[in-house]
Amino acid sequence: MSSLVKCPHCGLRPREEFTIRGEVATPRPNAGADEAVWFDHVYLRDNPRGEHSEYWHHSGGCRRWLVLTRDTVTHETSDVVDASTLKLGEGA
Amino acid sequence: MTSFRIDGGTLIDRNDVRRFTFNGEALTGFGGDTVASGLLANGKQLVGRSFKYHRPRGILTAGAAEPNALLTIGRDGRRDPNTRATMAELFDGLEARSQNCWPNVNFDIGAANGLLGPLLGAGFYYKTFMWPAAFWEKVYEPLIRKAAGLGRASYDPDPGYYEKCWAHCDLLVIGAGPAGLAAALTAGRAGARVIIADEGAQLGGGLIAEGSPVGGKPADTVLADIIGELHALPNVEIKKRTTVFAAYDDQVFGAVERVQKHLPEHEINPHRAMERLWRIVARQVVLATGAEERPIVFGGNDRPGVMMAGAMRTYLNGYGVAPGKRVALFANNSQAYQTAMDLEARGIEVAAIIDPRTCPNIDYDGKARLIAGAMVRDTAGRKAIKSITVRHDDGRDEVIAVDALGVSGGYSPIVHLACHRVGKPVWSDAHVGFMPPENTDGMTPCGAVAGKAGIAACFADGGVAAVKALAELGVMGEAASLPGVEQSEEKVDPIQPIWHVASSKGKAFVDFQNDVAASDITLAMREGYDHVELAKRYTTNGMATDQGKTSNVNAIGILAENKGVSPGEIGTTTFRPFYTPVSFGALVGASKGMDFQPVRKSPLHGWAERNGAKFVETGLWYRSSWFPKDGETFWRDSVDREVNAVRTKVGICDVSTLGKIEIFGADAAEFLNRVYCNAFLKLPVGKARYGIMLREDGFVYDDGTTSCLGENHYFMTTTTALAAGVLTHLEFCAQVLWPELDVRLASATDQWAQMAIAGPKSRDVLSKIIDDDISNEAFPFLAAREVSMFGGRLKGRLFRISFSGELAFEIAVPAGYGESVADAIMAAGEEFGITPYGTEALGVMRIEKGHVTHAEINGTVTPADLGMGKMVSAKKDDFIGRVMNLREGLVDPDRPSLVGIKPKSPSDKFATGSHILNPGDDVSLANDQGYVTSMCHSPTLGHAIGLALVKNGPSRVGEEVTIWNGLAGKTVTGILCNPAFVDPENEKLHA
Repeated sequence: MSSLVKCPHCGLRPREEFTIRGEVATPRPNAGADEAVWFDHVYLRDNPRGEHSEYWHHSGGCRRWLVLTRDTVTHETSDVVDASTLKLGEGA
Repeated sequence: MTSFRIDGGTLIDRNDVRRFTFNGEALTGFGGDTVASGLLANGKQLVGRSFKYHRPRGILTAGAAEPNALLTIGRDGRRDPNTRATMAELFDGLEARSQNCWPNVNFDIGAANGLLGPLLGAGFYYKTFMWPAAFWEKVYEPLIRKAAGLGRASYDPDPGYYEKCWAHCDLLVIGAGPAGLAAALTAGRAGARVIIADEGAQLGGGLIAEGSPVGGKPADTVLADIIGELHALPNVEIKKRTTVFAAYDDQVFGAVERVQKHLPEHEINPHRAMERLWRIVARQVVLATGAEERPIVFGGNDRPGVMMAGAMRTYLNGYGVAPGKRVALFANNSQAYQTAMDLEARGIEVAAIIDPRTCPNIDYDGKARLIAGAMVRDTAGRKAIKSITVRHDDGRDEVIAVDALGVSGGYSPIVHLACHRVGKPVWSDAHVGFMPPENTDGMTPCGAVAGKAGIAACFADGGVAAVKALAELGVMGEAASLPGVEQSEEKVDPIQPIWHVASSKGKAFVDFQNDVAASDITLAMREGYDHVELAKRYTTNGMATDQGKTSNVNAIGILAENKGVSPGEIGTTTFRPFYTPVSFGALVGASKGMDFQPVRKSPLHGWAERNGAKFVETGLWYRSSWFPKDGETFWRDSVDREVNAVRTKVGICDVSTLGKIEIFGADAAEFLNRVYCNAFLKLPVGKARYGIMLREDGFVYDDGTTSCLGENHYFMTTTTALAAGVLTHLEFCAQVLWPELDVRLASATDQWAQMAIAGPKSRDVLSKIIDDDISNEAFPFLAAREVSMFGGRLKGRLFRISFSGELAFEIAVPAGYGESVADAIMAAGEEFGITPYGTEALGVMRIEKGHVTHAEINGTVTPADLGMGKMVSAKKDDFIGRVMNLREGLVDPDRPSLVGIKPKSPSDKFATGSHILNPGDDVSLANDQGYVTSMCHSPTLGHAIGLALVKNGPSRVGEEVTIWNGLAGKTVTGILCNPAFVDPENEKLHA
């Protein structure tokens, strides 16, 4: 697990400032979506060996939700972006 | 008593005499001594008893790997058990005691365990204590804990202060032996920000023990020159007594600095840390941790007087302590011959050098008899070694009288920190040891850990490693030219591995601290536990506080030898932090006692204190729970009085701890509409609304009121417990789910002091201090807006909401005004009999009114379960939890739902958590009807009342049920009823 996290807003910060929510779920379905799609969104999570994207909250810093992509084997963090970019795209 | 102190000793100051005690006996040593060197100087070789067999044990090493000499040092709160005597510095007045021996170290009854040795082999816990199961907890475990143990922790609080810090550097050099010193000097001269850390009290590592000149100069002069230059470099930070114990991700290293552990009590500065826990962020690392000399596994190799050959040299050259008067050496490598030469140079007789190699190529010209092709198979002596038995290559045995035996079975590079991040060490036949992994990104091993032997070769390698690390940082460096480097040559000492002396007589120990013998390892193999990780756990080899520093490689060697494969094929067990034990004090740092966690005090805390409040801890908060008056001896006297005052007159309660969130933005209403299950889009300015927030899985998350204070400005309150959780949830919704909405959130919990003024006279009281008209017409139920107070001197926020069920208001003022406003309300309310009330009375009144808290909102309930199903909007397209709330199981009418409950006989009582059964039913899960979530004594009704979640509860009002309390073995007959015990028609609210 990363010891230092490069928050896109605050720079390199210690892990203790962050709270981890877990894997980035499927996008929130529409209210009319199939029940199976909702179950997948609410309950189903992967536990991959290798690259893994998670929601990290900079709860002790800027209080932005981030998406951190890391390798569960090597612990290398390959990417940290503001979570709003999932929906709005980069540069939002 | 014989003194073993002789001339010399580069580390000690003979003018600084230090008195200490060992098991109560008064002894003296010198400044610079360790406890181990002090004991050896006084002829104390027997220092403890072994873990399982209670065998006499002596000092084996001169450093961090010591498995035997664990002592308890200090007394009371400053008592440190399991302290390695080889690492503890001797100070004046130090008290040291042996561990794991009774009645004393010289005569130990537990040594009888040694006679039971054949029964206590590998896996004996698993085999012996399998049944009966009940015996484990009551008989076996306490017995084992008493017999097999280490030191005992003190029950007294540690008076010392501990702290945690961060440090940052370009280059972290771990280890200040010759390689580390050369690296630090090289990088320091190049201008890099360097931290060099060493676990020892003195820098120098192998240089400390070096008796021979280095590059023509005395070793101590060479060392002093290097240290002098490092001290003069402002960009180099030297950390002595600092163990780097872990390599974490992202080049963060854990280290512990023993700041004042080496000082006598009267010299300890109470304002300075005893120990400091460091996290060091390093851009590059030079690993110069050296190598650990390996013991040889032979019969009786644990007898006091058997010591590592290199440790003998350290005691001799560093501390001026002779290991004995007639010494033998048993070694399979040439470095041990240096010990023989140094011993002879000090006039100590070396009786023999036993070398298993048949024709060792050694340049040794001393007087000792060289016995080639031979091995030591046994030792003799009760509490200290008296003789050794040598098996010659022709099969003949010879007994040689000695009072000390130096052993060297080769060198194990100290690769731990290179392996904490997944990397596995690599076996080298040439070095007969496990080397650091090939890919150590950002870390350059050098010196003995990289297989280099000799001071000059390590100097040279340290310089090269630093130049390489600097290049990674884009800095040009030039390897420091240190004495002897010019002439140094790469040479690998031809070592003949010996994992176990086959002709051993008696127990041959692999792991001294856990009493694991070679026979245990082979037994584990025979029983199928031959994988290195299984053999470790079955035998407990390497699982003691020393984590197998002197034993693991030998155990791997024995496994390999018996399987007929290379040690590389066996591999090592996993290296994990910590390298050596770290005190709880250092890990805890300042977080103890009242500083264990922050204390949150309401802005009205002082007001509550002045009014005599009793406080209760809820999370981090201290909340006023009741306000006893003179003559009230029982908490309920106060609570009943407070409830009656609110129900008949007026009361004031601190509700500042409720979570408060300011919400702004053009889409704030739409946002609220999506996070609450009920409608919020049309909440007008100046109005509050009760809202229920669901989780996405359809269950209730939290409740509270949100008020519209202006266009695009809302003020949300949450429960105290979930203030942080709700904010985090809202931020997730705003940033991740709907980032397109224009909404901004800010926590305002600490910015406002908020008071509930409740009771029929509440309006009369507030009218005296609020300038605005707050009549029922002008300020009806659920009104919420800013008001002017005290003739325009202060603005506050007034909400007409009620948790108690009475006519009530909540007034919020900026936190700093809180106490004055509360005092003013008390003064204004005096004529009406205003009474401060606490959370207990608040709790009673909300149960009387049937209002829910997290006792009911327990993660298993839907709004319908709480009787608020109609609040869930059917019109809204979407909100959090909408879809999952409609799942089959969540709309089942038979679900446990909120209902009131009271005893059939008013004098009966019942407890929260009790289960509900139909009358006459057996107690079983199948017959379970639900459970009591809250209960209290209602002073208004004069009997116990409660809320319960009962199957189909609301339709069963009036039914008689059994209230079953399994813990207390009590049953009471109860009656289900409307949860609103008081004012079910809400007439008081709207008064």
